[in-house]
Amino acid sequence: MDEIGDFFAAYSTLIGFVGVSALLALSVWVTLYAGQLTLGNAAFMGIGAYVSALLGRHLGTPFPIALAVGALAAGATAAPLGLTVFRLRGVYLAIATLAFGEVLRVILLATPITGKGQGLNGIPPKTELWHIYLSLAVVAYVLWRVQGSTVGRAWAAIREDETAAASQGIAVRRYKLGAFVAGALVAAWAGGLSAHLTFSIEPNDFAFSKAVQILVFAVVGGIPNPLGPIFGAALLTALPELLRPLKDYRDILQGLILLLVIIYLPRGLVTVAQLRRTRRLQEIGAADVA
Amino acid sequence: MLLEAIRITRRFGGVVAVNAVDLAVAPRQAFGLIGPNGAGKTTLVNLISGHLRADGGTIRFAEADVTGSPPHELTTRGIARTFQGVRLFKGLSAIENVLVGRHVRMRADAVRRLWPRGAPDRADRDRAAALLDRVGLAQRADALSGELSYGDQRRLEIARALASEPRLLLLDEPAAGMNPTETGRLRELMRALVDEGLTILLIEHDVRLVMGTCERIAVLNFGRKIAEGPPAEIQGSAVVREAYLGSEDVA
Amino acid sequence: MFEQLYNAIFIGSIYALFAVGFALVFSVLDILNLAHPTVFMLGAFAALFAIGTMGLPWYAAIVIAFVATGLFGIVLDRIAFAPLRRRGAPPLSAMISSLAVTLIVVRLVELRYGGDFITFPRGTVPSFLLHVGDATLEGVRLAIIVLAIVLMLGLTYLVRSTSLGRDIRALAENPRAARILGVDVERAIAATFFISSGLGGLAGVLLGFAYDSVDSKMGLPLELRAFTVMVVGGMGSLPGAVLGAYLLGLGEVASLVYLPAELRDAFAFGLLFLVLIVRPSGLLGQRVVDRI
Repeated sequence: MDEIGDFFAAYSTLIGFVGVSALLALSVWVTLYAGQLTLGNAAFMGIGAYVSALLGRHLGTPFPIALAVGALAAGATAAPLGLTVFRLRGVYLAIATLAFGEVLRVILLATPITGKGQGLNGIPPKTELWHIYLSLAVVAYVLWRVQGSTVGRAWAAIREDETAAASQGIAVRRYKLGAFVAGALVAAWAGGLSAHLTFSIEPNDFAFSKAVQILVFAVVGGIPNPLGPIFGAALLTALPELLRPLKDYRDILQGLILLLVIIYLPRGLVTVAQLRRTRRLQEIGAADVA
Repeated sequence: MLLEAIRITRRFGGVVAVNAVDLAVAPRQAFGLIGPNGAGKTTLVNLISGHLRADGGTIRFAEADVTGSPPHELTTRGIARTFQGVRLFKGLSAIENVLVGRHVRMRADAVRRLWPRGAPDRADRDRAAALLDRVGLAQRADALSGELSYGDQRRLEIARALASEPRLLLLDEPAAGMNPTETGRLRELMRALVDEGLTILLIEHDVRLVMGTCERIAVLNFGRKIAEGPPAEIQGSAVVREAYLGSEDVA
Repeated sequence: MFEQLYNAIFIGSIYALFAVGFALVFSVLDILNLAHPTVFMLGAFAALFAIGTMGLPWYAAIVIAFVATGLFGIVLDRIAFAPLRRRGAPPLSAMISSLAVTLIVVRLVELRYGGDFITFPRGTVPSFLLHVGDATLEGVRLAIIVLAIVLMLGLTYLVRSTSLGRDIRALAENPRAARILGVDVERAIAATFFISSGLGGLAGVLLGFAYDSVDSKMGLPLELRAFTVMVVGGMGSLPGAVLGAYLLGLGEVASLVYLPAELRDAFAFGLLFLVLIVRPSGLLGQRVVDRI
């Protein structure tokens, strides 16, 4: 019994990270499910992290409210961004969110209240594991139920063929915006949890490589259902930590896995069991991850 | 008139694809649209379905001006369509495709589903299954639509279009690649739908099918309407024959 | 004032060389090559390697950088894009796979060279000053401007007047028709990537020389600039990309007067969003809103 306790204590931070990664993966999953590539969820995560940490530090805001405000702040940024971009072709979202991520980083580096390059230190460790896993369970459940609803079906239709989707009466832009903002809310919530888990944050935590990392979790895990990104996040977060000597190679490994999966297993690892079916789909050129 | 296009025009760069075309489709009939390749038929359909913006002219549906309305709005009003070359949601099953087609008629259930027992209306599923049955795809309801045969995919697309309970159905070359038996069945389906109150605008290369199905036919050539009338009139029209002989296809 | 104009044209030239390659791949293959910033960085490092390790002079290093990154571009296509093209995957997949490559390549370079700035060995690039009126200008930059203009003219000639250029244009317009008409599609694609990446790599070397500084992350800020340039000039338009590049260069240098240095990136961002809101088709582009 003691050993389990020890194990738990030693690995509790890692378990926390896995949970946060899973949440982040889900945040990207939502938009990918609707066929959109967003590279902005690391930035939204950063907004959640900074806003919740600053509210706690300067205004003594209670933890859950700080998290919620952080999420809303991200949502409020995502909405106009989405409105601008979803009128346009798909590639523009990738461009705009990548640009957004860069600029947020620059703003964070330049604004005194965020501690500039030093970031924020001494954030109180308010996050418990149960916060993370409860959030994860709720978000996963909600997304799973929404997937089978008219909304989920509309997203899937948009992913498959936007033009045909519009003809079925789906207000494509509105649904894309919904997925995008939902993803931003979840990412920011995860950011708030993460900030109070790691005690310190700095702008580079929420930059390009983080955005790609989140994407890897979702794509590798698979798109067909929310379990995919959770699985992908768990695998890719835990694995490198357990193989500590490979720390330097983590990015390379993740990049390689992402590359291999997107080319050969577009539906992700979760559906390896359905590989036979996947191959037939590939032959028709149908049902890619996006 | 259920659908009216009044001097509708669309240009692509220097080319006038649809040139001040007038169209008036009365309810409860099959209206055919024919013409040689490149005559502007699909462009006209894309204008009516909202996928393209007109450069000039007006479109009226059920007495309302719908010029410039986007596709999803038109579907809500009661216009549905199939596409040239079939645009199904390949990664979804047949019945899921039809359920998407039913989008405008379904009650939004995302919130209700958050309760574990918040089951979707069985009614929609039943309706979708019935439509699949109607087009002969009841056995393939759970099959991946991308894996269906071409003929099955075409029929699925029609079932999907019908799921929104439209008043006007635009069919863009639904018989392409069909054999005579299938074409016959398509014709029967279209007549049955019209008898039930649906209005159909049929674009087809298979002139015989159009003649045998439609009460009224319009002929386009080079973006202009060159003739309109009942099948017999079109059949005997020298103008129409001229247009077809002048081009590659004589159906 | 003149100095600033000079610098603006210089940086605009770098942006132009970089963006034109990016726009080329987009216009021909309809994909956003998110690995393009890596060739910028690779070009600079290739030159660093050529000079530092192989002991070659700067002009040889430039040629090596061009060829090495050009070849990398072809390899990139073979690994990350061709398999997706073969199975008709949507552009989204290509963006993701190029992102993956970026991650890998940047990390590999970092492992070898570390993440800090590296300078070229002393005396690598002959540094000379020009005196124009009261202004003192770095001569290297003038050479770069001239070289960039020559290269862009060369590219224009290639695209307009050679058979390869004609093949590339056909491919851009309609891949299926091009194939049927006997265009050697594989060759045209390989050439597209070679040119695109080669120019991008060249931009990297030249900037590396001008600032005497090279680092693994130097491609990332360029990515944002490239997007802005493409959107401003019009997606997929090569002349638009060049125009956009110089406009951005001018704008950035001008904004330095009013904004603190750290916010210089914000200018590119602001411009990008302004254009997206007001005139998404850019100056010379078309086909922005989803078509059938």
